[in-house]
Amino acid sequence: MAYRSDPRPPGRHGLYDPATERDSCGIGFVAHLRGEKSRAIVEQALEVLHRMRHRAATGADPLTGDGAGIQVQIAHRFFKREGLRLGFEMPRRRCYGVGQVFLPNDPYARAECERIFAEVIHANGQQLLGWRDVPVDVSHLGPLARSVMPVMRQVYIGRKRVVPSAFERKLFIIRKLTENRIRESGIDPDGRFNVVSLSAETIVYKGLLLPSQLPRFYLDLNDVDFVSAIAVVHSRFSTNTFPTWDLAQPFRFIAHNGEINTVQGNRNAMAARRSLLQSAKFGGSLDRLHPIIVPGKSDSAQFDNMLELLVLGGRSLPHAMMMMIPEAWDGNAQLDDARRAFYEYTSSLMEPWDGPAAITFTDGHLVGATLDRNGLRPARYVVTEDDRVILASEAGVIDVLPQQVRRKGRLQPGKMFLVDTTEGRILEDEAVKQDIVARWPYRKWLQHNVFTFAELADAAPPRVTAGEDLARLQRAFGYTDEDLRLLLEPMATTGKEATGSMGNDAPLAVLSDQAPPLFDYFHQLFAQVTNPAIDPIRESLVMSLATALGPDGNTFEETPEQCHQLTLPGPILNNRELARIMAMADRGNFEPKVLSLLYAPTSSDSLHLAIEQLCDKAVAAVDSGNDILVLSDRGVDARHAAIPALLAVSAVNGRLVRDGIRRHTGLVVETAEAREVHHFALLIGYGAAAVNPWLALDSVHGLHAKADEQYVHAINEGLLKVMSKMGISTVQSYRGAQIFEAVGLNRALIEAHFAGTPSRIEGVGLVELGQEVVERHERGFGRVSPLELEVPFIGGKYQWRRQAETHKWNPATIAALQHASRSNDSKVFAKYEALADDESEALCTLRSLLEFDPARAAVSLDEVEPARELVKRFVTGAMSFGSISAEAHETLAIAMNRIGGRSNSGEGGEEPRRFVKDANGDLRRSAIKQVASARFGVTTEYLVNAAELQIKVAQGAKPGEGGQLPGHKVDERIAKVRWSTPGVTLISPPPHHDIYSIEDLAQLIYDLQSVNPTARVSVKLVSEVGVGTVAAGVAKAGAGGVTVSGFEGGTGASPLSSIKHAGLPWELGLAEAQQVLVQNGLRDRLRLQVDGGLRTSRDVMIAALLGAEEFGVASAALVVEGCVMLRKCHLNTCSVGIATQDQKLREKFTGQADHVVNFFFLIAEALRTRMATLGFRTLDEAIGRVEALRQREAVGHWKAKLLDLSAVLAVPNAPANAPRRCDVFQRKDLTDHLDHTLMRLTAATLDGGAGVSLQLPVTNAHRAVGTMLSGEIVRRHGAGGLPDDSIRVKFQGGAGQSFGAFLTRGLTFELEGEANDYAGKGLSGGQIIVRPPSTSRFVPEDNVIVGNTVLYGATAGEAFFSGLAGERFAVRNSGAKTVVEGVGDHCCEYMTGGVVVVLGPTGRNFAAGMSGGTAYVFDRPRTFRQHCNLDMVELESLVDESEMWLVYGLIERHLQHTRSPLARRILDNWEHLVGHFVKVMPTDYKRVLQARRATLKPRPSPPRLRAVGTGDR
Amino acid sequence: MGKPTGFIEWPRELPPKRDKASRVADFKEFILPLGREQAKHQAGRCMDCGVPTCHAGCPLGNVIPDFNDHVFHGRWRAAYAALARTNHFPEFTGRLCPAPCEAACVLAIDGAAVTIEQLEKEIIERAFAEGWVTPMAPMAATGKRVAVVGSGPAGLAAAAELNRLGHQVTVLEKAERLGGLLRYGIPDFKMEKSVIDRRLAVLQAEGVEFQTGVEVGTAQAWQALRGDHDAVLVAIGARRPRALTVPGAELSGVLQAMTFLEDANRHGALSVEGKRVVILGGGDTGSDCLGTSLRQQAKSVLQVELLPAPPNQRASANPWPEWPVVFRTSSSQEEGGARQFGLMTTRLEGVDGRLVALHTVEVDSQLREVPGTAARLEVDVLLLAMGFVGPEAQPLVEAFGVELDVRGNLKADRRFATSVPGLYCAGDAMRGASLIVWAIADGRDAGRAIDLALRRASNPNG
Repeated sequence: MAYRSDPRPPGRHGLYDPATERDSCGIGFVAHLRGEKSRAIVEQALEVLHRMRHRAATGADPLTGDGAGIQVQIAHRFFKREGLRLGFEMPRRRCYGVGQVFLPNDPYARAECERIFAEVIHANGQQLLGWRDVPVDVSHLGPLARSVMPVMRQVYIGRKRVVPSAFERKLFIIRKLTENRIRESGIDPDGRFNVVSLSAETIVYKGLLLPSQLPRFYLDLNDVDFVSAIAVVHSRFSTNTFPTWDLAQPFRFIAHNGEINTVQGNRNAMAARRSLLQSAKFGGSLDRLHPIIVPGKSDSAQFDNMLELLVLGGRSLPHAMMMMIPEAWDGNAQLDDARRAFYEYTSSLMEPWDGPAAITFTDGHLVGATLDRNGLRPARYVVTEDDRVILASEAGVIDVLPQQVRRKGRLQPGKMFLVDTTEGRILEDEAVKQDIVARWPYRKWLQHNVFTFAELADAAPPRVTAGEDLARLQRAFGYTDEDLRLLLEPMATTGKEATGSMGNDAPLAVLSDQAPPLFDYFHQLFAQVTNPAIDPIRESLVMSLATALGPDGNTFEETPEQCHQLTLPGPILNNRELARIMAMADRGNFEPKVLSLLYAPTSSDSLHLAIEQLCDKAVAAVDSGNDILVLSDRGVDARHAAIPALLAVSAVNGRLVRDGIRRHTGLVVETAEAREVHHFALLIGYGAAAVNPWLALDSVHGLHAKADEQYVHAINEGLLKVMSKMGISTVQSYRGAQIFEAVGLNRALIEAHFAGTPSRIEGVGLVELGQEVVERHERGFGRVSPLELEVPFIGGKYQWRRQAETHKWNPATIAALQHASRSNDSKVFAKYEALADDESEALCTLRSLLEFDPARAAVSLDEVEPARELVKRFVTGAMSFGSISAEAHETLAIAMNRIGGRSNSGEGGEEPRRFVKDANGDLRRSAIKQVASARFGVTTEYLVNAAELQIKVAQGAKPGEGGQLPGHKVDERIAKVRWSTPGVTLISPPPHHDIYSIEDLAQLIYDLQSVNPTARVSVKLVSEVGVGTVAAGVAKAGAGGVTVSGFEGGTGASPLSSIKHAGLPWELGLAEAQQVLVQNGLRDRLRLQVDGGLRTSRDVMIAALLGAEEFGVASAALVVEGCVMLRKCHLNTCSVGIATQDQKLREKFTGQADHVVNFFFLIAEALRTRMATLGFRTLDEAIGRVEALRQREAVGHWKAKLLDLSAVLAVPNAPANAPRRCDVFQRKDLTDHLDHTLMRLTAATLDGGAGVSLQLPVTNAHRAVGTMLSGEIVRRHGAGGLPDDSIRVKFQGGAGQSFGAFLTRGLTFELEGEANDYAGKGLSGGQIIVRPPSTSRFVPEDNVIVGNTVLYGATAGEAFFSGLAGERFAVRNSGAKTVVEGVGDHCCEYMTGGVVVVLGPTGRNFAAGMSGGTAYVFDRPRTFRQHCNLDMVELESLVDESEMWLVYGLIERHLQHTRSPLARRILDNWEHLVGHFVKVMPTDYKRVLQARRATLKPRPSPPRLRAVGTGDR
Repeated sequence: MGKPTGFIEWPRELPPKRDKASRVADFKEFILPLGREQAKHQAGRCMDCGVPTCHAGCPLGNVIPDFNDHVFHGRWRAAYAALARTNHFPEFTGRLCPAPCEAACVLAIDGAAVTIEQLEKEIIERAFAEGWVTPMAPMAATGKRVAVVGSGPAGLAAAAELNRLGHQVTVLEKAERLGGLLRYGIPDFKMEKSVIDRRLAVLQAEGVEFQTGVEVGTAQAWQALRGDHDAVLVAIGARRPRALTVPGAELSGVLQAMTFLEDANRHGALSVEGKRVVILGGGDTGSDCLGTSLRQQAKSVLQVELLPAPPNQRASANPWPEWPVVFRTSSSQEEGGARQFGLMTTRLEGVDGRLVALHTVEVDSQLREVPGTAARLEVDVLLLAMGFVGPEAQPLVEAFGVELDVRGNLKADRRFATSVPGLYCAGDAMRGASLIVWAIADGRDAGRAIDLALRRASNPNG
């Protein structure tokens, strides 16, 4: 195993950027309600930490954890004793602060740091009492941790001349100033110096440790005097692969599980309001303390920085938390108005820090936790009879006797839970927040200071542009026929964005000769693994487009004027709306000012000068009091062009931020350029508050009666989608967040106008962009005839056009490939490769800019490994049966099985008949079974019939988005394999509801490995900046493979803007993944696969050299099967029978497995020739040998020649012998699995013997209990499993995550205790019963018994829960029957089948996206309707006799299994209470069932009488 | 796009034709227009493919899916504008093009391509009928003078393009009337002369200067022409016919097809009425001879092709979207006459210098004689339609030493420039005898190339 030889924390190298690192974790606290300090609290907290060790991770070095830590109160007796021992004169309790400090190892630097520290302490009038060496035991440390270990010392500071309440602030100032001075001094270049904590209240002990190492490392933690009433712990799992000691948690106030998606925007926003930040408490301006939010640290660290500032600035800890993580208030009518007013007011002071978050926080007196608005992280708590409060990411982390439990609960989305140890009380959400929101009359303040759009006077919009003027402007702003026909028209007429298929094979903007708009140089980023995307349609309750305009307030102050703002209907303004805003000018409330973007492009410097002038004007305008700036490009004519709107917005925004005056004004853009969703996302993402797309609106004018409205609606929906892709809920936090990566813009341009945006391969600057402005301008105002003006400019971006953009798939390449693979003719194939690789005329891909090192010594072709070996490395793309026809799907599978490669089932299940061989020996089984977010057909049987299980985190065509298979495409056959109902629409959620974070992914890998221990579990990611760190996280999570998909690929239907603008080329993603994995010594344990536009042996060779060992080919394989790229897959009208289910069209399918086999052999043979030339005898030798590639020098292309691919070609920063390819087959470690015991105990039954009944204890460390056993049963006995109840196991305790996942028929699990998240996931016929222990004293129906995301993707079986469940109960259930006594938010989301009976309260958004199955809710308080999402379901009463019996029967079984008192009460009073049941019936499902019933019923025989009457015999 | 399921709902339908008996009785066009609804349905069959192979198959790069869509939605004017963007003379191609686009149509994979050519004709005829085809004012005059030699489709397209771009264009034609092959090579029943005249009127109105009866036949003439102009485009076609090299080829009664067709187009004296006609050559020219002979009421007509009959289905080495080499029946062939394949002429027999019979032998696909198949065929007129071998390039070689390619065509680069500065070439003179659609495409592209070169010359930094 190789470690990085260089112990310094790594900086940028190659494509790796430290800013991409993310972490996630397990958190918890133990506190005594009345503040009694004890050893027990500390010890139990350490136990909590230990029990969550599976949520932590290790890197290449198994003994080095990602980090663990504990925060406790200052134990006065202990520190006083230590102080005295060291000869300090120790003051009283709270009269001194203790700093936990990491110092550089170099003695000189350390001394210098300490000297500066002392100076600052002195300068701030405080007394340095002395330093203490922290006793540590390094013997347990891993070598990696040891190599980067700092020196730990504690500093004691005595309070002088400040009141106790100001002492903490003083310590903060000392810390900030010390940090700044040390940074500026340059004595600590590696950044080792770190003040872990500095407070008179709390102290943090943390490090690059495994949870179990923490108490062994820090000897203090074991001292008898080391006591506390509060202890917060954290165990870390970082995707970030270069863990450092200081990034371990807790931080000074918080410990965080999750990720802040918007951190960049939040940091930018704080920088932007620099001049606004004033606090008397810090003595006015905070300038000397900058940077307040320290860049380069993790998102959690930055969150802590901000929180600290707010708290020290005078807000209470819970108040500050409410500001930073507001619950979903916008549009939540059920929320108390005072609270809404508070949030609304606060929104003008700061934007939410958005993202999955469970955060525990403490200041030494209060300890609490809060959850993000989506409730994406788990937090369970228990209050004991002896006044302890234990909260953690999982239940069961401390053993508490059942009779000791006073109460169990969970944190709900957006809610807070607070323990005030001083007052000795627990404050629930309502109580905490009531106090805070009632402090000021926020509603009144808003009423007086906030202007709503509706109050503005009407104003006439400018005349609609039409005719020739319109045509010229459209052309001058780069509109093409495709923009009008494919993008704008559908939006204006249907209110929706249009869909496309088959990925993107056109050039990157920087390689395009079509003068693409500046927007095209930017690619949207998206969430994968470390945070989930959101479903903006089904979970619209958390989303908000609320936009306000005008200056921001001072974050520290709370006065009425702080919210002087104009609220807008949304971020997109139509022409009249903008006119109304402009008309405010003379009213005295706001002072809007128009800044024109026009300039005369006369020289190559024109654009540069125009921007400088614009920025100067903007500064001048703000200085003269204009609080709304409107950047406008109206007025373009033959002489004037316009600065690209995005450039203008970002430049002005950046300039105002740099000048510290950004928040004095709001930015509006009036632009002709913006037309598609991506454009608006960019303008907002770079700082615009609102956009008026005037020319797009004029262009759609008259297409529909409500064209304006529909168009704006479509853009808004699209924006929500783009935001939600990144897991961001509000446009307020999206604004300025710059969640994009630029490709092909040079560093100077980025630094000047897009600072902070990643752009990794250099490229064009203002001169070239100016040239493209001119080129577009000439389309409209150059030499163009009137007849030409009658039709739009030819696009060719989406559909191939000879006059326009290059496409890799064009008539010549398609024809040649089909001819070659059908004739199996290597000469024709060579012709195909020449056509497909040729980029001498027009460039298309980054790899075209690479060439092979010609100096390498060749070997003879017969020394090169044979093609039959090479073809085993090929896989075909993940395309579901349903998206393509059975014929097309099975042909690929047969071919891949013949050559020993792998085909991929895609997300749609697989018909079991394919698991047995055909008579001729062909196998139609897909070797790779995909596990995607909807879990269609993911049964135990499906999972055991696979060589590889692939978790699809993202797909190239639309990373971060879900999908939908409309009901009319779900025929009998597809419905069967997907476990749904024919005719009923199927929705795939954007995220996996069991992966919101990296440790969740580790859990899913564990689950899948359990069900199929021999399979390789792999994870599919999409290329974007940071994919390398995610890949490293995946490696640490225990996967055996990772796929990096490029944005070129993707066969699925997807919104056009996603196909074009999300994701990056595979070259970048693959190279980044390879570099990061090698640098971290993680490369050897997982197979790296690449796909997304591989077409030729050259592509494969380059991919191998960049680090891939397996190669996915989807589009090309389809072309071989006959696909001719109609790109109409979503219409079911594929004329070659591939992407269709239409029987008649399927008959046109002519693909043959032989052709597919030919293709892969042809490519392998061509690859051999290339290998021989390069001197590689085996492909293994070539993998990762990036040295054999270089950038082509003689590229004359005017833009491409500016690119610099050296980052792609960087040799990893690792020892020369560090592995660059996979050489161990990593499987998730299952040695601790409880099922080993179970299998031993049930061996006889498994062999066909009699049934067995067992009893076993279980803890939260036992995860996926029953899953391995289920896999074994199905492997031996088939999908049917064993006879019901063959194996009955009674467990006692708190079971770990995924209890009973994929439990198969024949297994009955009874759990006395509680279960964590994901219980019953993928339930496949088994039975699960969870009930409280008989000795417990609490009321079952009031207590939480199972965690979140229970029964996710269940297909069959039964489950009974005597207690409350968490969020997302029975999401995507398609067949299980269950009874539960209360649920959280989003219950039954996306459900397609099965029965859910809820006997108690439900959270919000019940039945969102539910298209099948039924739910019955016992709604005594008659409030259910408000909690139900009625978009797809109808509520009915329970009247049908047979249904009543169904529900009654289920409750009866619930009672029988759980002895639930609630069930008993209901059954005892059935007649009385049956009226309180509400039936939730999906509309679609109802229609289909009725139709089916109608066809099943025997036709009513014609009434005889009528027949007689008409004489018809 | 049209209608997603259009191609499933509506079958391919060709326009009606006049019945055979009536059409051979005169020289008028016989293909009738499509009905409104029919045109809409036919256009609606277009799938608006992501990779429209038709568009690649069309030498002009007509954006076929675009105008199909407009036609389907009844936007005829837009369809015209979209078509005119790439095609200067849709009325020619809509009648005369063999439609490689249709061969490349995705629906042609199993046989039923969109009727692209007919739709093109419908659009342009509608445009003329509605008065949309009006002279377009050229862009700002550049003051550059360009001569175009030859008024065939290549020359006309180049002239139109150059004129539109603001250059002063003079077209020189050696015949007494304009149109070249269009006028003298194409029989009226395929395209009536009024169609050419209608277009010429538009070009003239736009400002193209035409000079007829001017033959640039000598080296001096070429040099003078070059001297007077900023650029000269040679669009003189490839009119040298392939000769028959068997004994007796000099006999009277043996005619080059082009001679025969030209005469027919001038309503000359070479009628074959009542004669036994044999046509050597199974191509389009041969078919034109056949149709003309039938209309002149020949006694019998036999069309002979040297090569064996092609297969009825595509060979596997000739896959879609390539032009399918399959057995076809031209409209003239369906009107009458006989066809024979794999027949080689060995000698011609004459009496008094006059052709009386043809001696033939059957050959296989390698053109090897099949023993025992010699035959004698009595004949009055033998029409030679065996193709063309190149342009009349000799004077140019003499004048400038211009380079020729191995086949004797003028050698030109991708920008249509010959080896002589300022001398350009387009159409058959450059590529050898080919389709009219190629000639138009070349002419248009050559016009643009010349424009670019002239602008570069006057503004090297521009």
